[in-house]
Amino acid sequence: MAVNWARSGSPWLIHFNTGGCNGCDIEFVAAITPVYDVERFGIKLQGSPRHADILAVTGPVTVQIAHSLKRVYDQMPSPKFVVALGTCAVSGAPFRNCYCVHGGVDSVIPVDAYVPGCPPKPEAMIDGIAKLLQKIRGTKG
Amino acid sequence: MGYASTVKVPFGPQHPALKEPEHFLFEVDGDTVVGVTPRIGYVHRGIEKALELSTYGHGIYLAERICGICTIAHTCCYAQAVEELMGIDVPPRANYIRTIMSELERLHSHSLWVGLVAHEAGFDTLFMYAWRDREVILNLFQELTGGRVLHAINTLGGVRRDISPEMADKVRRALEHFEGRTKEYLRIVRTEPTFLRRTRDVGVLKPADAARLNAVGPTLRASGIKGDVRRDDPYVAYDEMPFNVITSDSCDVFGRTEVRTEEMMESIGIIRHALEHLPEGVFRVRAPRNVPAGECVSRVEAPRGEDMHYARSNGTAKPDRYKVRAPTLANIPALCKMLVGIHVADIPIILAGIDPCFSCMDRMVFVRSGGSTGRAR
Repeated sequence: MAVNWARSGSPWLIHFNTGGCNGCDIEFVAAITPVYDVERFGIKLQGSPRHADILAVTGPVTVQIAHSLKRVYDQMPSPKFVVALGTCAVSGAPFRNCYCVHGGVDSVIPVDAYVPGCPPKPEAMIDGIAKLLQKIRGTKG
Repeated sequence: MGYASTVKVPFGPQHPALKEPEHFLFEVDGDTVVGVTPRIGYVHRGIEKALELSTYGHGIYLAERICGICTIAHTCCYAQAVEELMGIDVPPRANYIRTIMSELERLHSHSLWVGLVAHEAGFDTLFMYAWRDREVILNLFQELTGGRVLHAINTLGGVRRDISPEMADKVRRALEHFEGRTKEYLRIVRTEPTFLRRTRDVGVLKPADAARLNAVGPTLRASGIKGDVRRDDPYVAYDEMPFNVITSDSCDVFGRTEVRTEEMMESIGIIRHALEHLPEGVFRVRAPRNVPAGECVSRVEAPRGEDMHYARSNGTAKPDRYKVRAPTLANIPALCKMLVGIHVADIPIILAGIDPCFSCMDRMVFVRSGGSTGRAR
């Protein structure tokens, strides 16, 4: 219990684009810049999957990137959590039926929180991550 | 003795300096890059095929999602191509609104880029300030179109929403604030010694190379060549807009920063002029469902350079062939030229220097012929 509480206080986040249009990515970066400032929740964005607790994925998983996504996920130390940001990451729509798209993120790795929207606003992303933190803490929001 | 003289350093697809998945293989001798092999295609979603499988009306939503940063450039280009095939004339008011939207997009894209290049230069304060001030433009977009990033403003036959006089005043007020901030950025990038030392003579692209390798957009203009579709082949209402094509002779990352920041000042001027001279009348005409057989190429100056769409119709409600050539693809040969002979530490800032947008770019897939896996490469 105490470990979970401590863990939810300072999650390190890694961002991975699996073939998105950049719309979600710039909103995600907007969420770490002064107007939205996700760092006030103790969340820190950093570069290596080996240091990360939460994997934030944007974009539909293309056939070419599916392998890399699995590898990034495997490199993260347990316990690890995945947030799918944007409708593409949630289900692959509107690229769902494209020949080069694998589907949503959950077709490759397990997902803990879904944030729909095209693209979701930074507020929605922060809300999604905050809900995930509540889940980690073991309390219902 | 006995050691290989060069080392191969992989870069991506997951890398903190790349916001999108793309892979570059650098051949490094000591601290100097001697060779680079780009491997593109990770973001290939098959959007051209998807466009061919959907009707022209649906296609505009897919064109919007080719790239989330140049969404207006792509929808504008798509709409122009299809409207020419349909043989419909867009009302002048719609053309003016498209111009205003295109320039607002350039403001948001360039200010985003100034932040990113400052971040790659290790100047995070400017990154944070640039992204804070960029929110002014995003708020305008939200009020004008309903969406911060994807706007769905362009449609076949015109635009979806009008700009009311009250809204125009709001835009003017926001631009006044933004103009002050842009002047401040221009002062900072020109005088801040750390930024200058990090960008001057980094990623040099000589004018002859830029022309030979067909660089486009600010990358071309920073090499001193005046190439701008808005001036060379005016579309929407650019033939009635007063603006200068900004160039720089410094041919390096500093030049690219200067060109983009000064272009923001020009964009502010264009929006003010367009708001002042906004023609009266309708802003949308009805577009037919079926399109007569024919083919058409349409060009637009996206924030990153020349964007080109090709459409071929066979008389039905769906295109027979659709092709997108985004600016980043045209800049890749020039990028590979810049990346040779540099220090390893300069790789991220040179990569960021062309303002790469890989989701625009990845239009094709190589299937290994004769291979047993048949995996798309």
